[in-house]
Amino acid sequence: MPDKSTILAHLTATQDEPQGLEHGIKADEWERLVTRLERKPNLVELGIYSVMWSEHCSYKSSRRHLSKFPTKNARVIQGPGENAGVIDIGDGQAAIFKMESHNHPSYIEPYQGAATGVGGILRDVFTMGARPIALVNALRFGDPSHPKTRSLVAGVVAGIGGYGNCVGVPTVAGETQFDAGYNGNILVNAMAVGIADQDKIFYARGATAGNPIFYVGSKTGRDGIHGATMASAEFSEGDEEKRPTVQVGDPFTEKLLIEACLELMATDAIQAIQDMGAAGLTSSSVEMAASGGVNGEGIGVVMDLDKVPQREEGMTAYEIMLSESQERMLMVLFPDKIDMAKAIFDKYDLSAEVIGETTDTGHLVLTQFGQVVCDIPVAPLAEDAPNYDRPWVEPPRRAALDISKYLAPEDPGAILEKLMSCPDMASKRWIWEQYDRHVMADTIDSSQSMGNAAIVRIHGTNKALAICSDCNPHYVAADPYEGGKQVVAEAYRNLSSVGATPIAITDNLNFGNPEKPATMGYIVKAIEGMAEACRVLDFPVVSGNVSLYNETDGVAIPPTPVVGGVGLIEDLDHVATLRGAQPGDILVLVGSTEGHMGASLYAREQLGLTGEALGAPPPVDLAAEIRHSAFVRSLIQSGVVSAVHDLSDGGLACAAAELALGSGHGLTLDVGMERLGRTGGNLIPFLFGEDQGRYLLAVKAGQENRFHEMADERADVPVLMIGSVETDGANGQITFSTNVRAGEAIRVSLAQLRSAHEGWLPGYMNKVD
Amino acid sequence: MKSAVIVFPGSNCDRDAHDALARVTGQAPAMVWHKDGTIPPGTDLVMVPGGFSYGDYLRCGAMAANSPVVEQLVAHAQRGGYVLGICNGFQILCETGLLPGALMRNASLHFVCRPQTLTIESTNTAFTSAYAGTPTVSFPIAHHEGNYFASDETLDEIESEGRIAFRYASGENPNGAARDIAGILSENGRVLGMMPHPERAVGGHEGGNDGLGVFESLMSAA
Repeated sequence: MPDKSTILAHLTATQDEPQGLEHGIKADEWERLVTRLERKPNLVELGIYSVMWSEHCSYKSSRRHLSKFPTKNARVIQGPGENAGVIDIGDGQAAIFKMESHNHPSYIEPYQGAATGVGGILRDVFTMGARPIALVNALRFGDPSHPKTRSLVAGVVAGIGGYGNCVGVPTVAGETQFDAGYNGNILVNAMAVGIADQDKIFYARGATAGNPIFYVGSKTGRDGIHGATMASAEFSEGDEEKRPTVQVGDPFTEKLLIEACLELMATDAIQAIQDMGAAGLTSSSVEMAASGGVNGEGIGVVMDLDKVPQREEGMTAYEIMLSESQERMLMVLFPDKIDMAKAIFDKYDLSAEVIGETTDTGHLVLTQFGQVVCDIPVAPLAEDAPNYDRPWVEPPRRAALDISKYLAPEDPGAILEKLMSCPDMASKRWIWEQYDRHVMADTIDSSQSMGNAAIVRIHGTNKALAICSDCNPHYVAADPYEGGKQVVAEAYRNLSSVGATPIAITDNLNFGNPEKPATMGYIVKAIEGMAEACRVLDFPVVSGNVSLYNETDGVAIPPTPVVGGVGLIEDLDHVATLRGAQPGDILVLVGSTEGHMGASLYAREQLGLTGEALGAPPPVDLAAEIRHSAFVRSLIQSGVVSAVHDLSDGGLACAAAELALGSGHGLTLDVGMERLGRTGGNLIPFLFGEDQGRYLLAVKAGQENRFHEMADERADVPVLMIGSVETDGANGQITFSTNVRAGEAIRVSLAQLRSAHEGWLPGYMNKVD
Repeated sequence: MKSAVIVFPGSNCDRDAHDALARVTGQAPAMVWHKDGTIPPGTDLVMVPGGFSYGDYLRCGAMAANSPVVEQLVAHAQRGGYVLGICNGFQILCETGLLPGALMRNASLHFVCRPQTLTIESTNTAFTSAYAGTPTVSFPIAHHEGNYFASDETLDEIESEGRIAFRYASGENPNGAARDIAGILSENGRVLGMMPHPERAVGGHEGGNDGLGVFESLMSAA
């Protein structure tokens, strides 16, 4: 190991533009850096600039567009800009939530990549004082026939389960899709939701000068250091630094960290707190300094890196500052609380050290071996980060799909079975059975109930949160503006379907390279569509994450802006789930059916269309979404309906199939010619069309009159009495009556449908090539 | 009934156990931290909750079984006190030797969480008397190491002594456990270890309410 003076000389050596480039600082950014700093940086400083100005930390390509999102409504306590969003759920409590991606690490090392994604998002939530109560994940993998897909699925699922199960937070919902567009870039988006008292919410902002900086959690190692190889190049005598930069999760430590932090948060010891996520100690200290001060004017920070608990010997300031070791937190404490805080962390056998102090200099000052190795103003790091207006081009508009070209006599029953067993629609039981969905004993409805949104009780109350995640990348690819609207509308609909009032969303925008104008066009238009839906539906964005450069060999992933929605259920006695449907219930279709087939599941799976040929996605009428969901929620509130399902992929037929499988009862639907209305008399678009704003309801037997009264009061909500829930139990079937008088019908055996629906994923995962 | 719940670092069903006990017994259990906690005198039932004590590092339950509080737990059992170990708690009871056998990794090698049908093997126990007339129940399971194993002699012994409290319903064994064993009793019938989670089946949630019987049985026994 080199001696201290060699290390110090290396760390403090003045850097030039080529080194900047190696750190991802482009020529114009280098100029900006040198101008603002009024000198060239040394190695430690360059490392800090490079991570703070990275796309990941600075949102430099998306910032100006993200500002289009509405971020406030009557219930929002904290919007984007803190660790997570905060909403008022009444009774002095708040729900705190965020979604974040761990796409690139999960592709390289699926188990640890996914596990640390879960760990990171949990920290974002409990950093703010919330006890995490639910995890959700949105996964996208490549084509099932791609050689890497199976092992990626296995690794990601094991990683999510391995972390979430151990830490003791239920994984209650999620979505998993497959598409060749993700062959080289899988998406692992994890969402965490927590509950806190409104008077015990903690922020990164607000630290004042003269207070101790407290480091807690795991020791710092060399894992996850970006560019560590490059930085170590001059230490060529020992190559031990060149270990893989994969972060390793330790859910056991995270569990202890949650308990210890919440215990400390119950006191009044913490002035500001920030978890160490991406860019570790650098971003946590810089962000607390930049947002410090009574009025957010910013403060300074001085840290003695020799005091940072270290897992390995001989770590340099560069490595300590850029390490992404997991399960660590940085706090600013009130000075007289240090001993109490240390005692709490000692109880849980966690490292806890005072490593520095807040100052009024506005500078980030770091020392190692008693010498200053970094002294830079904080403001340029945070506020002067580049903010690009990347050139973009309007995405091409697709012509509508002319379904009449493709309509041929087919057996709709066989098509339904095929669609319900295709990779996107097949049961994901193989996945969610590996997640503990019930720990904390407040899970009312999870993936196992097949509902539109998970329902998680607020502990000790009769209230609950409804939580969902949604994205249809096929719609977004077909028309990012309309598709972006649809993503938000679908989350709104899913929450409404269980009886919740939709409150706010978190988003996870996954796209390709923003430096390409075509890709940037999709980013811009998707954001604008989403923002429009958020505005009209009063369903703002309170937190989120952007993942760009999801691209392999120049080909971007399908545009995938995922939304995590949260809604409030005031009274658990008034919810709707698929399980609730009872024999004798009347089936009602809410919303109008035009038979829109563009970009539909049918067009993809049955017709085998791709790209341009899929046509335009269904338009979203946001005003109708509001009317229809308000109507559905009022029916649930009034106890008129026993089950509600929203119509999405695969239209009415797939929604009916899911209701039948979820409730365990057969269904009869009257789809005679006279009912097909505006679909031009074609059964296929009526069954499989994906018009938006629709729900399938099971009205309780005996509540028909009440239903009609309520429907008459809402003449602007189209309703169609379409069938009933059958009493046929185990021999159940779905009967689509095409001509009731003639007794003509399409019949689908529930047992056969279930076996096809349940069979695909285990069959795929257990297959040996 | 006075009860206590031991909390190890990494326990994560301690609150679930607390709430189930408080609800059924009408009295909140004492929460006993593994390092310096004390099982209060006069405690009738000690619960060893589920979770990942010590992260399941080394071997599930192995480190917890050497934790300071375990001395008190063993003394409580030796005095004839009731002990209920669920999931990781069952693994810990096996590691302490209070129950025979061991829990190995599930035969599927996967963590498994699902509603599980169980048969009540005997209603003549302190933990199952409330199930008289109820041949099967459904409890949630959630574990990675629930594959119960013991020597044939031990299995014959516990079987012949009526010490198998719960079995997985025939054909539904989720983990490869020997003789479909889901829960076993100690020789004196006062220590029960089981993989399924009755405390997650006490009503008002996805787990159902079949688990109430375990706590109601204990109420009438203690």
